[in-house]
Amino acid sequence: MTIPADTAILSRKARSWTLVAGLALVGLHLVVALLTLVWTPFDPTELAGRRLEAPSLLHLAGTDRLGRDLLTQIMIGSRIALTVGTAAVAIGAVLGTTLGLLAAFASNWLDDALAAALDILIAFPTLLIAMLVVAASDGANLSTAILALGLGLSPIVARLARILAKRVLLMDYITAARTSGTSWPAIVRIHVLPNIWPGLSVNLALQFGLAVIAEASLSYLGLGAPPPNASWGRLLQEAQGTVFSAPIGAITPGIALVSLVIGINLLADGLRERNDPARSER
Amino acid sequence: MSLLDVAQVDFAYGRGRAILSGLSFVVEEGETVGLVGESGSGKTTLLRLALGLQRPSGGTIRFDGAVLDPGDRSSMRQFRRQVQVVFQDPYSSLDPRQKVGAIVAEPLRSLRVSGDHRRMVEQALDAVGLDTGMVDRYPHQFSGGQRQRIAIARAVVCRPRLLLADEAVSALDLSTRLRIVELFKSLGHTMSLLFVSHDIGAVAALCRRVLILEKGRIVEVGDTAQVLSTPQHPYTRRLLDAVPRLAFGETP
Repeated sequence: MTIPADTAILSRKARSWTLVAGLALVGLHLVVALLTLVWTPFDPTELAGRRLEAPSLLHLAGTDRLGRDLLTQIMIGSRIALTVGTAAVAIGAVLGTTLGLLAAFASNWLDDALAAALDILIAFPTLLIAMLVVAASDGANLSTAILALGLGLSPIVARLARILAKRVLLMDYITAARTSGTSWPAIVRIHVLPNIWPGLSVNLALQFGLAVIAEASLSYLGLGAPPPNASWGRLLQEAQGTVFSAPIGAITPGIALVSLVIGINLLADGLRERNDPARSER
Repeated sequence: MSLLDVAQVDFAYGRGRAILSGLSFVVEEGETVGLVGESGSGKTTLLRLALGLQRPSGGTIRFDGAVLDPGDRSSMRQFRRQVQVVFQDPYSSLDPRQKVGAIVAEPLRSLRVSGDHRRMVEQALDAVGLDTGMVDRYPHQFSGGQRQRIAIARAVVCRPRLLLADEAVSALDLSTRLRIVELFKSLGHTMSLLFVSHDIGAVAALCRRVLILEKGRIVEVGDTAQVLSTPQHPYTRRLLDAVPRLAFGETP
């Protein structure tokens, strides 16, 4: 069956739209996060105005219940979200992919045992594992939150990596590589990782979104970045008491959080199409 | 001394039933041998043993007089350079994320073959009738027949002495199959070929000698024309009777 030309063009346009929209949203957050390293409208701890001020030219997003500039807090929240997301996904990716690849090479009872262990770990929500790790550590801080989320994400990544790698290892080009004298580490580097990467990268991007949400949840519960770090979760938690009198305090961090997660998901979808040579030229 | 000498080889997965039992045959230098059998007769298992990917449960496999030992890395490197394989499915035998140049050059890199790899890749592509300008393209940009030629180029790039073909024409359409059989025929002038297939027509066109495999045992060996014209074993007769025949004017 062939795809009608106009449908194929539409589909390609839709794919490029997701990539552009995803890049725009994530890019905006990235630029804002980098900008906070050198400039913010106000000092994040400065009581720059009156309590719960409405948006104005001076305070574009208003002020919080202490009179701090909300836009400044949200901009710094962008940096915290991207830092936590990137670091947690990096930890989850390295740990999970390594574990998944080792499990993919296992056979018989060891394979069954590893698959069962991963399934059991996945049964626990990432946030719950992260909360346990934070609770078991000395105290809530950004590094603990990153490590906790990375550890919580790793079984999800490991299970996917195992499934994808097992599928690749069954291909004739792996046997051809073996008969060509390619060593197992080189086979993993040359054939397995590049072939599992499209599937894995989409999942990692989705995990990035989940990590951002989980970090916000930890901060909301007081288990994330401690004050004065302006995490979006903490801003939401602080705004809940004034949500009816000054809703902007809850709406703006919410919009920031949602826009970053949607942007990451769109970017993941667009990158998946772009990374796959067979799909991109269809 | 035979190039490949399979002597009394047995094989079973774990404690399961025997896949191969007391299998013996040789492939001489420069010879083209066909191995015919139904699906499940043990053809692919035999090739895996002959490639050193698995150890036989019993018996020995010798290549150029030396016993094949998959655990001996240095001897296996020498062996890999001299024995290569072409698989049945041209779609799963090429890494979709590698360009043709990298695919064909893999044995040269992995076996540390000295020389100008790019020139050797171009020579291999040329030998299988492909344009040498295709090195920067991906496998999905080629037809099934072209992909099989790329797989053959990868197999012959380090000039092996023995080429194993595992149902290498079975997944191709008729006209492409004929062209690939012709390609194997031309390659047969420079290297030995063990052509494993259930396609008796292809074996008849390509191989001087044929082995008939039934349930892991060789039941008949001989000159291809003789075996196909006057089969001695009932299984060979059944195989030949099962070949579909179409004649003009014959009602299906």
